[in-house]
This record gives sequence, structure tokens and C-alpha cells, in this order.
Amino acid sequence: MTGGPTLRRVLVGIGILVGVWLVVPTLVVVPISFSGEDSFAFPPSSWGLEHYATFFTESSWLTSLLVSLQIALIVTVVATLLGTAAALALDRTSFRGRGALDGLFMAPLIIPGIVVAVALYAAFLGWGLIGTPLGFVVAHTVLALPFVVVNVAAALQNVDPVLGRAAAGLGASGWATFRQVTLPIIRPGVLAGALFAFVTSFDEVVVSLFVQSPQLQTLPVRMFTSVTNEVDPTIAAASTVVLVVSTALLGLVALTRRKSTP
Amino acid sequence: MTVTSPVAGAAAPAPPRAPDPPPGRRLARRVSLLLAVPALLVLLVFFVVPALRLLWLSVTTPEPGFGNYTALVADDVTTTIVLRTLLMAAVVTVVCVLVAYPYAYLMTIVSGRWRGVLLAVVLVPFWTSLMARTFAWVVLLQDNGVVNQVLGAVGLGPVRLLGTTAGVTLAMAQVMLPFVVLPVYTAMRGIDRRLVDAALSLGARPVTAFTRVYLPLSLPGVAAGATLVMVLSLGFYVTPSLVGSPQQSMLAQFISVQVNQLVDFGAAGALAVTLLVVTLLLLGGVRMLTRTRGATGSGIAGGLT
Repeated sequence: MTGGPTLRRVLVGIGILVGVWLVVPTLVVVPISFSGEDSFAFPPSSWGLEHYATFFTESSWLTSLLVSLQIALIVTVVATLLGTAAALALDRTSFRGRGALDGLFMAPLIIPGIVVAVALYAAFLGWGLIGTPLGFVVAHTVLALPFVVVNVAAALQNVDPVLGRAAAGLGASGWATFRQVTLPIIRPGVLAGALFAFVTSFDEVVVSLFVQSPQLQTLPVRMFTSVTNEVDPTIAAASTVVLVVSTALLGLVALTRRKSTP
Repeated sequence: MTVTSPVAGAAAPAPPRAPDPPPGRRLARRVSLLLAVPALLVLLVFFVVPALRLLWLSVTTPEPGFGNYTALVADDVTTTIVLRTLLMAAVVTVVCVLVAYPYAYLMTIVSGRWRGVLLAVVLVPFWTSLMARTFAWVVLLQDNGVVNQVLGAVGLGPVRLLGTTAGVTLAMAQVMLPFVVLPVYTAMRGIDRRLVDAALSLGARPVTAFTRVYLPLSLPGVAAGATLVMVLSLGFYVTPSLVGSPQQSMLAQFISVQVNQLVDFGAAGALAVTLLVVTLLLLGGVRMLTRTRGATGSGIAGGLT
């Protein structure tokens, strides 16, 4: 059952095919982004940096990139602060309704994006938040919070309650104990949560499509409209940039995880 | 911030059913609970209220009552789209399970180093931008795209993929695969190999040992992963919108059309509420499955983060 050689060979074959299926398609955007032609032809017959030049100079692309970066940074700060505080408050507590509260914090992750999008769109129309930076920030914060809460809560499991008592016994204030004892221990979790929050905001498409306006678009929204409305290879350069940014940041998460787990 | 005690959580007794803390600490704990308030407020105002508003709109617009819901059932277009979405989700689920099962099994029999590689590969979809990935599929699946070049080279001729169900399945299953591989792998890792050896030594043929011993033991993981993919597929928007065609639209696209083109919040709300209820029911099913069989839960949690 551990496998005769034939079975093993078949399984390895399947493994390789799945690997190709998962990894290669995404990478196809990289060579296309360096193509010298004005098409999506693959492989490109000539090479060049025109698409990057367009991406970093044409205002609709550049603005959307800057908007995305700014919103993602604000969301990272807000979601990390709120999520970390919430995880600290809820750490090792039990009260009636605790389960419901956990469910509420996880809900934005579980509920289909389109449902969240339509609900926010209907509400934002009434509140005048469509196409505003504030609208994007709160929508993305709602989606990013679960990642921060989960990561920080997991990190808090590593904090020995005796340490807090010892610090308090030595006369440290609550804040000092937090800064000098708890925070250093949970820092990898907070960092992972922050990186996830950034990537969540930077990458978000569905909800953003509904809260955007033609005047204020994030990069994924700009990419979505590009795929639906135009044949413009600049999107290959945009995809490569997004790919590099989000993959690099999530790679950082993996590194902090590896360091934090003994 | 300085007055409250953010570490009261850490200072409190660890076990959940500890005796009541002394009054001073109880106060500190109550104050520290306030730290959750900002996050809760954001979620309440920008998540719970909009959701309830949508629910409210679905039973009040254009007129009070369940008209929007009865219209859903009566309308042929809606029924077709719901059935298509269910079928599509089922196909993606079957594809994912058929591919994920041998892949997860391979993960259990290779060395530690290769297991790490296989795990990293399966996590790639989590690592890469959804928009970039979907655009890549649009390029690959176009009529003169790479997939068609390969198919042409092996004599399968050009096949129309972009804008077809086959194309959407290929792209969606790629996104969903990790959600099956992880719980199946977790379930398989928990299987005691000696049970299979025992079956073999008692004279069972390998196929029998697999179908009677190994397969049933791994099924909870399969069920958990399959339900998760089914749920996620039902609400998928980006891939079907860009890789599929408007004529073959799925539920999420239909909801979007109701909102953006028809500005019919009643119908959109009713559809969204229906989608939400189905999602929660299916997820409740997964939870019960994972709660009774412990092992698979962590796999799913790992998959979602």
C-alpha cells in the first residue's frame, strides 16, 4: 500500500502535473510584461520595457498604484492596531457570547465576497462613502481584521501568564509589562497579521469593484477594468508588480513564522 | 492606554473555568475587555449594519413582503443561473478532490524535504495575487494562447477555452485546490498505517485494503475540503467574470448585474441572503464534521489564513 514502484511513479507524475498547473500559469505574466509588442502573444517575439514605462507614467495606472499603496498602508496600521487590541482583550477570557464574538471576528473571511460587496455598496450609497478613500479603508479594514486577530491570538498562546504576574510583582505598570514582556513575545504574530492586512487590502478586488468610482480606483480594480474593456499589455507589467509585491510580503510572513516556531 | 492594563489577559489564570479572580483583577479584566471595543465598533458599523440593511432591503424593496424571494423561485433566468452555479461548483469540487487526493497521498509517502516542496507548491495560490493569476489565465486560455498551442502540438486541435465552462473550471480549480489538499493531507497523516498493514497481512488485496480501510479513514478530510470548495465556488466572482462569458454567468455575477445595471437592491439582497444562508449551512456541516473528527480542523484553519 505504501506503493509499488508503478503506483509511486503515477503519483509522482500527478504531483508534477499539479505543480505545473499551480505554479506555471501565474508566471506567464512575467515574460509578457517584458514583451516589445502591443499584444498578449506568448512567447513574445521581441523584448522591451515599454509596458513598464507606460505603467509608471500613464496617469490612470500610476494613480491607481499609488492609491492602492496608500490605502493598503493605512489599512495595515488601522487593522493591526484594532486587531491586536481585540486579540489582547479576548485572550484567555471566557464569557457568555464569546463564541458569537469569535464568529463575528471571523465572519468577513467566511462570508462570500460578493455578499459583503453588495451589502457595503448599498450602505455606502446611503452614507456617501462610494469612491472615497475612507470607504476603501473601512471596507478593507473589515476584511483584514480577521487575519490580524487570528495571528495575534495564536501568538498570545505562547505567552506564559506567569511572566505577566512576575512583571507586575516587580512593580511594572500594565503598559510597561505589555511593552517589555508581552509585545516582544507576540511580535512575530503582530508582524504576520500586519503583512496579511497589507496584502489583503493591496490585492482585494470584489469589494473594491463595488466601492470604487471612476475617479478613485485601486490597482486591482484598474486591472479588472483593463481585462474587461481593453486589450492593453500594460496589465502584464501591473500583474508582475503586484505579484512581486504580494509574494514578497507573504514570503516575509513565512520567514517570521519559521523564526517564531522553535 | 497607560491607565488600562493591556496584559491583564496574560496575568489572568490560564484555564477558562478558573475560580473568580479577586475584585481588583476582575476590574482590570473588565477594563482590558474595552480594548476590543474599537474593532467591534468597526465590524458592527461597517459589516453587521450593512448586512442587516441588505436583509432589510430584500424584504422591503420595492414593497414589503417576501416578493423578492418568491420571484427568485418563479423566475426562469434565476433558476437557470442557480442551477448552473451549483453544477459549476460541483464540477470544480469533483475536479479538486480527484486531483487533491493522490497529491495529498503523495505528500504522506515522500521524504520530509519533498513534503515541504509539495506543501509550498500547493500554497502558491495563497501567495499570489488573485487578479494577476486571473489575468494570466485569460492570456493562457485565449484562442491562440499557450494551452491551445500545446493542445495543437499533441493533435487535439484548437479548442475554445476562454469564455467556456471548461476554462472557468480549469482556472477556478487551481484557486481552490489548496482547500482540499490541506484537510485531506491532515486526515491522511492521522491514519495509522498499521491498520493497512494488518489488512494486507490478513490477506486483503491492496485495492481492498485501500477501499475498505484507508479510504474510509481519509473521508472526513475529503468531506471537509469538498464542502469548503463547494461553498467558496458558489460565491466566486472574479474568475467567472473574466475567464467565463456573460451568457454563462454565475450567481455572483448575476447579483452584480442586479446591483450595477438594474439597481434592484431587493432582488440582489434576496439573492445575497440566499447565497449567505446556503454558505452558512454548508459550513455548519463542515464544522460538525471536523468537530467530531478533530484532526481536520487545523488543516482548514491553516488553509484560510
